[in-house]
Amino acid sequence: MTRIQKEESAGFDRQTIDYIQRAAATGLYEIRGLGSKRRVPNFDDLLFLAASLSRYPLEGYRERCTTRTLLGTRYASKPIELAIPITIAGMSFGALSARVKDALGRAATEVGTSTTTGDGGMTMEERASSKTLIYQCLPSRYGFNPDDVRRADAIEIVIGQGAKPGGGGMLLGQKVNPRVAGMRTLPEGVDQRSASRHPDWTGPDDLVIKINELREITDWEKPIYVKVGATRVFNDVKLAVHAGADVIVVDGMQGGTAATQTVFIENVGIPTLAALRQAVDALDDLNMRGTVQLIISGGIRSGADVAKALAMGADAVALGQGVMIALGCNSDTYIAKGQHISAVDDYAKLGTAPGFCHHCHTGQCPVGVTTQDAVLEQRLEPEVGAKRLRNYLKTLNMELTTIARACGKQDVHHLEKEDLVALTVEAAAMAGVPLAGTSWIPGRQGS
Amino acid sequence: MADLSFDLATQSVRELNGTLHRTPHDSPVRRVVIDHPDGAHSIAVGLNAPISVEINGHVGYYVAGMNKHAHVTVNGNAGPGAAENMMSGRVHVRGFASTAAGASAHGGLLVIDGDASLRCGISLKGADIVVGGSVGSFSAFMAQAGRIVICGDAEDALGDSLYEAVIYVRGNVRSLGADARFEPMGPKDLEAVAGLLAAAGLKHPPAEFRRIASAKSLYHWHADANQEY
Repeated sequence: MTRIQKEESAGFDRQTIDYIQRAAATGLYEIRGLGSKRRVPNFDDLLFLAASLSRYPLEGYRERCTTRTLLGTRYASKPIELAIPITIAGMSFGALSARVKDALGRAATEVGTSTTTGDGGMTMEERASSKTLIYQCLPSRYGFNPDDVRRADAIEIVIGQGAKPGGGGMLLGQKVNPRVAGMRTLPEGVDQRSASRHPDWTGPDDLVIKINELREITDWEKPIYVKVGATRVFNDVKLAVHAGADVIVVDGMQGGTAATQTVFIENVGIPTLAALRQAVDALDDLNMRGTVQLIISGGIRSGADVAKALAMGADAVALGQGVMIALGCNSDTYIAKGQHISAVDDYAKLGTAPGFCHHCHTGQCPVGVTTQDAVLEQRLEPEVGAKRLRNYLKTLNMELTTIARACGKQDVHHLEKEDLVALTVEAAAMAGVPLAGTSWIPGRQGS
Repeated sequence: MADLSFDLATQSVRELNGTLHRTPHDSPVRRVVIDHPDGAHSIAVGLNAPISVEINGHVGYYVAGMNKHAHVTVNGNAGPGAAENMMSGRVHVRGFASTAAGASAHGGLLVIDGDASLRCGISLKGADIVVGGSVGSFSAFMAQAGRIVICGDAEDALGDSLYEAVIYVRGNVRSLGADARFEPMGPKDLEAVAGLLAAAGLKHPPAEFRRIASAKSLYHWHADANQEY
């Protein structure tokens, strides 16, 4: 019997061979949804040092542990007050259906947090269902208008996104249905390009004036957030503070997208872990911790991730992909009238399977989350989606407070870097916490 | 006679905008005069009532930004982003306008008597712009809807990545941007130019203008996406 050799190349593994074969066949780069799939140092590489002899823990789930979160206290006369430090990240109507936006708003309102619009403007459904709605001002300005500015609870100026910093955005024609096209003032079915630069300002000095204009339009009532994709985070955060931001959102490279080139998703930007430490360092350098609030996003999945982000210095986190998965993304079934119905065949038609799907860009989402198709979007019932998402957010918050109590904190915002150690040298260096079992922080003087 | 007057030498932009924002549609205030703007930014932004605002002097960034319903006249030059994201109404700059005039404006009419700098009408979403003079490079970049009339010349890359907006230019065009092309003027174009010139108070024979619109070759990310072999 002939022995079949299976020695796989590290450099030209099956994935790389598939990439090259695909490029050779099509002459096109791949566009896909969701976020980075490569492994990068992340919150899994950190551990908590809970209370012991030198620290005093709180009692399980019984003793009070506060999660109230205030955002936008620097200049706005009406800052955002949330019950939990877990927010819903900006995702567009266009990428998501109006029913999904409705579900996001319902769930966020139930647990006392905010949701965020996205490229393409504000839908009436999300405004109606969201008690606290953050309105994004993006480079494309699709659907951006003063009435919605006045209807919003805060404005988020988007400079970049973790999945594609510097890359602008795409919404392929199959998702540009009449309503999406109308809101974006574009022809129906066109492959829509979202600009990578703002049309009316360039550079940080202009941003000072742009923020001032938005404050004037909103009579200095609404917080102004500035969102950056994680690249030169230390400098970007400082510039955003200088520009007058109330809140800074830093989106790490694991952040998701509805449609972007894979080469971007996997090769541009820095991991959330490294971005968060740089952002906190920048705020510390300016003595602005507590004055300007920091939201971190990009691959946050669990209450442990939230706790670690807060311990490192974030005031809140924002979730996108986790939220979508809670709604049913990559599930093998969707729920209709209380029944689980298999979507496996529809995944197969897209050339994928539950657990592996990143085909948001096609508009053919088998579970009705990332689609504008009139039939497919019915697969997500807003009530069901809202309930699942509420459960997920509540679970994250319970996990967060459990860890905080074990660390002896009566307020989740009291979690601190001293509570953390790293499992790997890389994570220790990026997060700026000691390698577990040592006092060594790579890169720090005296280490 | 003004119903309201502001002197920005002694009063703040905040005081001005706050007062204008509190002016309801049925207010008896119809005419507002602003003196000594001295290049201040964000003058008369976010207006939402059918009032007439006259600014005597030069203004900084974003004059009449996000305007709705109001008629704003600048008796001077305007800094970047004049009438940015305007929804309706009319903004008239009697001097020159800096970069990004009328950026992403959805509706209304922006008239610039003099020249407009770079990126005039960038990301335009339905408003009309009439420029009495010339425009700088990258004007009408990614303009999605609306009309731009340029009575003078245009610098490089005019109409780059246009969607459905239409440009009418009377003078020389140094270069067209990606996917922009000259097209024949039809009767509707002549009528449109005549109407816009009349609205702006300018007199040029419409037949002297040329039409520029999108060739639509960039409307789809890759037209031959199924070219497997």
